[in-house]
Amino acid sequence: MSAPDDPKARDEARRGWLLSAPALVLLVVGASGPLLIMLVYSFLEPGQYGNVEWALSFKAWFNVVMTRDIFDGTLGFADAHLTIFWRSAKLALLTTLFAFLVGFPTAWFIATRSPGARTAFLFLITIPFWTNLLIRTFAINQIIRNEGFLNTFLLWTGIIDAPIVMLYTDFAVFVGMTYVYLPLMVLPLFAAIDRFDMRLLQAGYDLYASRWQLLRHVIVPVVKPGIIAGSILVFIPALGAYVTPRILGGGRNMMIGNFIELQFGQGRNWPLGAALSVVLLVVVTIALIVYTRFAAGSQDKSHG
Amino acid sequence: MAERSSFDISRLPGFATVAVTVFVLLYLPIAMLVVFSFNAGDSVAIWEGFSFRWYPEAWQNEEVKDVTFRSLKIATAAALISTTVATMAALGTTRRRATRGQTFVYVMINQPLMVPEIVTGVALLIFFSTIKVATGYQGLGYLILAHSAFCIPFAYLPIRARLEGMDLTLETAASDLYANRWQTFRHVTLPLVAPGAVAGLMLAFVTSLDDVVITLFVKSAGQDTLPTYMLAQIRRSVSAEVNAISTLLLLLTVVLLTAFFLLTRKRS
Repeated sequence: MSAPDDPKARDEARRGWLLSAPALVLLVVGASGPLLIMLVYSFLEPGQYGNVEWALSFKAWFNVVMTRDIFDGTLGFADAHLTIFWRSAKLALLTTLFAFLVGFPTAWFIATRSPGARTAFLFLITIPFWTNLLIRTFAINQIIRNEGFLNTFLLWTGIIDAPIVMLYTDFAVFVGMTYVYLPLMVLPLFAAIDRFDMRLLQAGYDLYASRWQLLRHVIVPVVKPGIIAGSILVFIPALGAYVTPRILGGGRNMMIGNFIELQFGQGRNWPLGAALSVVLLVVVTIALIVYTRFAAGSQDKSHG
Repeated sequence: MAERSSFDISRLPGFATVAVTVFVLLYLPIAMLVVFSFNAGDSVAIWEGFSFRWYPEAWQNEEVKDVTFRSLKIATAAALISTTVATMAALGTTRRRATRGQTFVYVMINQPLMVPEIVTGVALLIFFSTIKVATGYQGLGYLILAHSAFCIPFAYLPIRARLEGMDLTLETAASDLYANRWQTFRHVTLPLVAPGAVAGLMLAFVTSLDDVVITLFVKSAGQDTLPTYMLAQIRRSVSAEVNAISTLLLLLTVVLLTAFFLLTRKRS
């Protein structure tokens, strides 16, 4: 507690700030600071050719969910916007759920291998995580397009006689996002399962529990922090996804990320784009708070 | 395998099948993409024989050459800048008592990982468009600045891990032997941090090289990078040329990552 009075500690603290200063300046100019400017822009009038008019306006915020009829001026919900929000939430949740359903067995499988095999499998999961998201999405695009590998193969075998349209559908976006974000689910799940004490299973068996009961009442409750961490780590980028819905969803199946971009391109409505970005940022922040409360909190408990 | 017990308690039915399927499906699309970069024909689905033609064809494309050099230039600059400032920040935030200021620095450094890329992209577009008008400068500086900022957390992580595993007594020993602060840093701290910094440099480089979304919003006209060029190409038409470029980019990433793993594993 005497730290502020201790000259050595004070000197140390000052040196710490000085050393961190260049990184902080770079982050404020190139990442955090502009977020505040974006907030200001969401309260301005859109300019005719993009950019903004410097006049206070709440129209952008109003337009996020509401719309005024051009002809009779009646208020109504902006159905097009709501459809996009709903699709984004639905696809992000479905992706998270499915990534968990296949990610959990995968993480369990890796965690129960011998140490050598475990390192190899972890490396195999990590490689796609670091490789270009664009390339991985593009690889999916090539497989599911009408003249792609999957349809060509199915036509060749005679199972189908016309290509199944998979590209540019919600389904394609769901498949693509599950594919690209799966490592984000497997890695924290693995970390949690790795700490799981397998003797608990032995104890369960001795008490005549079935495998399903063990999974439901022993394994899942113990590895819950990993489940929450993985789910949040998948949900956040899936909700704000831009590249995957653009390449696999096309122009019709927009998600909120593509809709935001549209406001800065053809839409020419920067304030609306800024307001939508703030909304997305708030949702993500809430998810992160849940994450730190539950995942980090219960982890501390298990250590203590 | 030989000593497989009759009853393995950790084995859950169906899990191994799912896991193996996941691994196959994880690599199958990438493998197909690589295989068809060697296709003699134009198709990405029908094999017409082995050929190297797409690689020289991609390389003779002036635009591809142009965007590749631009990507490498930005990634090199961003990796060097972010690693330098991240190393300094790591030296300033580790090896001492935790303070409230340190928590603030952690949150700031990790902020680019938490904010969706599209949001950062939009915010930078708004901010830089004003500066572009005010100063008239349209160069690569904006992209380098933006990339340097979002690469900081990736550079910082391995350096911090390295510093936290470091023996503090070495620095004390150096100062006991009348080394001044600079000498201690130059001959003791720096050589110890170096592997972490190199690892950080590689992660930052890969991260910058892969970025699409933020680049898309920050770039001025005619400043396409390799990923934004590829994104535009994918929209237009699919040719095996993009497969060839993707394959080379994948190869570069895998080489850098393998080096990264070897570098960070030696410690333990």
